[in-house]
Amino acid sequence: MSVDAEILSCRELIELVTDYLEGALSPGDVARFERHIAGCDGCTTYLVQFRQVIRLTGTLKVEDVSPAAEAELLQAFRGWRDGP
Amino acid sequence: MERTDAELVAALRAGDEDTFRELVHTWNGSMLRVAQIFVPPRAVAEDVVGETWLRVLGALDRFEGRSSLKTWVFRILVNTAKTRAQREGRSLPFSALHEPGRVPEPSVDPDRFLPEDHALHPGGWASPPRELPEERLLAAETRELISGAIEALPPSQRAVISLRDVEGWTAEEVRNALDLSEVNQRVLLHRARSKVRRALEEYLDE
Repeated sequence: MSVDAEILSCRELIELVTDYLEGALSPGDVARFERHIAGCDGCTTYLVQFRQVIRLTGTLKVEDVSPAAEAELLQAFRGWRDGP
Repeated sequence: MERTDAELVAALRAGDEDTFRELVHTWNGSMLRVAQIFVPPRAVAEDVVGETWLRVLGALDRFEGRSSLKTWVFRILVNTAKTRAQREGRSLPFSALHEPGRVPEPSVDPDRFLPEDHALHPGGWASPPRELPEERLLAAETRELISGAIEALPPSQRAVISLRDVEGWTAEEVRNALDLSEVNQRVLLHRARSKVRRALEEYLDE
């Protein structure tokens, strides 16, 4: 029996979404994944939500260094540069 | 403007403060996240980041460019954080980082699926997800919710999603910085994304 012939359940599919999006599935598994998605509204919506999460996460602001910590690091840098 | 590692290292060696400041700003958020895998308290993590920069400067003459500057700095960071954790008697989260698959964590509440012996749709959706309202997705509160959900993750998952999805590192960069296998990087990323999706769904699907 080839992997291809196995049926992927919704419950199994949702655990493969990151592998699918990261290009880590075998060609056979990609085909199984996409065949399931094509016929399943619930998993299609799930995949859309997952992509929305990734996109929104990418718009979060990255935490910058505090002025106090920056001042301390710069002082250390000057100490290293002007060293003994 | 993007500079090569060789240019950055040369500028640092020459004592260029702007280059140092730029790197500190660019990597600060990621460095804190990674340090917090080993030393969760914020103040200790900040301290470890500071100590890391000192070690980086001290070792700069030995940087040979065999890995990228970023990978090299983060490897020093991980070592510094591990050493600090050991010194403080903290238990190291090696299992969380290197064996994340050991404890299964379903991405969606199993109750939302039909039983495996269901006649028509074994393991199919009993309660399928619904489309999220687009206008609320873009609201500032939604971003805050996502931030909060990331904060609430276990430190190793939080670090991976921060580097990969917030900062936009490649999977390979994340793997190299944290010394993770491909599979473990993806397990951590998947769990983090799944939990954020779940939090978003619970928030918007009311």
